[in-house]
This record gives sequence, C-alpha cells and structure tokens, in this order.
Amino acid sequence: MGSLQLKSIRKAFGNNEVLKGIDLEVKDGEFVIFVGPSGCGKSTLLRVIAGLEDATSGSIRIDGQEMATTPPAKRGIAMVFQSYALYPHLTVKDNMGLGLKQAGTEKAEIDTRVAKASGMLSLDPYLARRPAELSGGQRQRVAIGRAIVREPKLFLFDEPLSNLDAALRVQTRLEIAGLHRRLKATMIYVTHDQVEAMTLADKIVVLNAGAIEQIGSPMELYNKPANVFVAGFIGSPQMNFIPAEKLGDTGAKTIGVRPEHIALSRESGDWKGKVIHVEHLGADTIVYLETEATGLLTVRLFGEHAYAPDDVVFATPDRASLHRFDANDRAIV
Amino acid sequence: MSKARSAPVRAAFIHLALIAYTLVALFPVFLTLVNSFKSRSAIFSQPMALPTPSTFSLIGYQTVLNQGNFIGYFQNSLIVTVVSIALVLLFGAMAAFALSEYRFRGNTLMGLYLALGIMIPIRLGTVAILQGMVAAGLVNTLTSLILVYTAQGLPLAIFILSEFMRTVSDDLKSAGRIDGLSEYAIFFRLVLPLVRPAMATVAVFTMIPIWNDLWFPLILAPGEATKTVTLGAQMFIGQFVTNWNAVLSALSLAILPVMVLYVIFSRQLIRGITSGAVK
Repeated sequence: MGSLQLKSIRKAFGNNEVLKGIDLEVKDGEFVIFVGPSGCGKSTLLRVIAGLEDATSGSIRIDGQEMATTPPAKRGIAMVFQSYALYPHLTVKDNMGLGLKQAGTEKAEIDTRVAKASGMLSLDPYLARRPAELSGGQRQRVAIGRAIVREPKLFLFDEPLSNLDAALRVQTRLEIAGLHRRLKATMIYVTHDQVEAMTLADKIVVLNAGAIEQIGSPMELYNKPANVFVAGFIGSPQMNFIPAEKLGDTGAKTIGVRPEHIALSRESGDWKGKVIHVEHLGADTIVYLETEATGLLTVRLFGEHAYAPDDVVFATPDRASLHRFDANDRAIV
Repeated sequence: MSKARSAPVRAAFIHLALIAYTLVALFPVFLTLVNSFKSRSAIFSQPMALPTPSTFSLIGYQTVLNQGNFIGYFQNSLIVTVVSIALVLLFGAMAAFALSEYRFRGNTLMGLYLALGIMIPIRLGTVAILQGMVAAGLVNTLTSLILVYTAQGLPLAIFILSEFMRTVSDDLKSAGRIDGLSEYAIFFRLVLPLVRPAMATVAVFTMIPIWNDLWFPLILAPGEATKTVTLGAQMFIGQFVTNWNAVLSALSLAILPVMVLYVIFSRQLIRGITSGAVK
C-alpha cells in the first residue's frame, strides 16, 4: 500500500519549463526526500503528485493506478504545508476530521481516528481550541495529525519545519521520524535543508533546475556524489573544490575534498598555508586557510584546537577520500 | 502609543487637525438635526441656535409622518440598498475569486474590463438604461433600481476583493482541495470568512451612494409606490416655496437607518482588522 511511479513528468508555466522529465520510483514504506536549492522545482513536483497542479505531460501512478485525471481528494494522499494551512474557523478536532467528514465517513469512526492521532501527537488537551490559540509547534502537529487521520497511501510534506524555530525543528524532526517508524507509511518530503534530508530520508532525490541530479541513500550521496552539484550540496561545510591542474592531476578537471577529510599540522604536510579565520564550535573547529597550492581551503577539525589567524600550517588531505570530477563535472569512478 | 515615539507637541497638532476635520464633517449634520426641531421662523431668524422651549417644534416631523407615505419610502430605500449590497457582495466576491484564483485565457483582460466601470460613471448610460427598462417593463419597479445599483457597485467591489483574495494563503485552499472540499465550499467556507473586513469596506462604499442617490429613483422609479426617501424628501422642495421643517426632518430621519447599517459593517471591519493583527 503506497508505492509511487513517476514517468517523464514535465511541467511548464507558459514558456518556463519547471520540471524537465522526472522519472522516479518510490517503494511502499519508503521515506523519500526531495532536496535542492530554491526554484529547483521540488515543491512543484510535490504539488503535481498531490494533483494540485496538472503535469504538462508524463504519468503518475499511485499503487499502479494512473492518477492524471484523479482529483486530489481521491488520490489517497495527505499533505502537510509549510504554513500549516489550518482552517482558522474550526477547532483542532474539526480541522483533523474535516477530510473524513467530506468523504462521508461515519462520525464514530472519525472520532476514533482523531482520538488516535491526537494521542500520538499529544494534542489531547488542545482538541477544543482554534488554531489561533496554538503555538507554531502545536499548529504543525495539528497539521500532521490532520494528515494521519486520513490514513493515506502517501504522506506529502512541503517544507513542514521551515516556519519553526531551531529547537522546535529538531524536536518535530524526531517526531516525524518516529511517526514514519510507527506508521510504516510511504512519505515524500520536500526541504531545502540538507540536515533534514540526511537525518530523515531512506532515499534522497537531489533536484536542480527541474531535473534530478542524483538519487540515493544519504550515505551514498555523501560518499559517492555523482557530480559537482551533489558534492557541493550535500555536506556542511561545503566540499572544497580545487582545479586539478594545480595539483598536477591531468586526468580530471576538479578535485573535491571534504573539510573533514583534511588533517592540519604545524610542522609538515602537503599544502603549506596561512590561517585566515577560525570558527570555534566546541565539538568542531572550522579553520579557513589560504594555501599556495590550492587557494582558499576549509578544514573541519573535531574537538577544540588553538589555531589563530596568521598561523602558518600544513594541510594534508586523506588520499582515499578524494573526489575526482571530469570536464562535464561528472564524478570519475 | 508609546511615549518614546510621540512628541507631545506633534500629538497635539495631530489631534487639533483631526478635531477640526471632525467639526467640518459633522457641521452640516448638526445643522440639519438642530433645525429639524425648530419652528419655521426660528430656522430663519437664528439658524445656528439650539432649539429653546420657545422655538422647539415637531411640526417638521409631523408633516413628514402625516403627509405622503414616508414609512413606505423608507421601506423602499432599505429594500433597494440591502438587496443591492447583498448582490454586489455575492457576485463581486465570486468574480473576484475567479479572477484571483484561476489561470485562464483573458484573465487580465477581464479584470481590466471590469475595472473600467470604476472610471466611467454609470450615469452616462442613463438614456440607454431607461430605454432598456422601458422595453423590459421594469419602469417604476424597485427591481430596476436594484439592477442598476448592482451594476454600479460591482466594479469597485471586484477590484477591492480580488486584491484581498490574492492575499489568502494558497496552502489553505490546497489543504481544502486535498480534504475534498468543492470549489464552492472553498469559496464560501475558507476564503469569504478571511476577507470579511474587505467585504465590510466594500459594503460601506457601496451603501452610501445608493442610499443617497436621487438620479435613478427620479428617472426609473418616480411612482408613488416605489419612491425612495431621498426622492420623497424632494416633494417638500418646491419651485417657489420650500417646507424647510419637513425637508430637514425627512433628512434627519434618513440618517438613522444608514447609521445603523454603518455601525454593523464597521464593527465587522474592526473585528477583522484586530483578528488579523493578533496572530
């Protein structure tokens, strides 16, 4: 219950093509995250899956059934929005029950399902309140509850955590992860935050300019990025890109090395350089260097280190963790 | 207002200006009300004075209530105003929703065409309207007035409401569609409650010109049975003799219903504004 196939989905607004042929397979029970910079088409793709936008061409199948002409309410989906989108004039209980009521479900059944969802999300004390009387985190839980109550084949999340503050975001993220484990439901989640993507997903779909750059598990994307875009997008701080010719490598155009794969030493190493700036984060120390061989370099050291600007240091990359990219920015395997 | 942001001198000037404007705006109303309670000679000898026991007289009100069918006129005015407002709000909101929500060919053009009505006064078409009403057999009916006023009110209503409806969250409408609400349910149950302050504004803007209008009642419905208050008050204004007591009393009475409607709408307006601000 709850698989999704997309075949060459295209979507254009006038002459502006937003989705340029998306092929994707989501298996039952998978947690798939669409990630990409703003304007890459990830939200549009989600709205096409939901049926809120019509695809210009291509086919959408949910559980093997063609959905192109099915209205959103009949697709067996539920959606959680960034702005919560709760009905302001209804109580929490009625907000959660409205979809079922519209579908003609019996009142007793609606009550059981709402009670179950509100118990799951600890919303019981708020059932009689209106959205205006709730905090941001509570509102988003109500929105998630509204989705759970429908018992959909597919959960769709459109940047659900973007409006929450940092602490609440982590907490709600954990709740969503727990929910996925308990419900074993298929979830599709859109975000521009790579931390959310890495922590929640079974499978990440990296989108850029309306096309899929790479699909894979979080660790696949981290360890084997297919191209420069994915390599730069996944991982924080960003991967260092060094023109290959500076390092004397003629078989590649760009060499990528993650900040955490570089060791620093005051005595000796491959690249000599000067410290420009240091960020002390407690668990990590981020050091920015200017080296003669590579230009600007970001280095991430674990723990606390007493480097200061203008120190002369030597950087040594971990040879086994280098990424090499060809002239078309594709990874050389 | 916080003390840090307001200099007392500036505040005093602002209040002075506002008080002056209020006085200017209220003066004609004050004059009408005061003189409607005076005898005819007192109106002319001391137009500014308040009624005293010797000048106090209800003759104007007696004339108005005894002569002619003023209750009937009031009824006509109310029917025409209330029905017109209702139609303008209903159709205006529906058209505004269509223009702001759906992408279709000619959307912008349609919006411009409807906005044209704000710039071209409907009275330019009086002759054609009269011909049309004669042909349709609607002369001397309240229906003719309601039709004309609805047409007159729609352009501004559509213009204001479509701007407001653009501000209603897309996500909310999407959530409604996913929950299986029909487009009508989304319009009536999600969008309309959220643009209620705008609806109240439109209602006020629509109501006052309709209530005060003399032109169309005079041309389309001058019959005794369909006279409105404004037209009814005209019968006391003669070419040579004007019964000022009666005119002023009729006008004073005419203020009341429109005040009641205004209070109803403006409360909606204020409630809407504060419910939006306190998120």
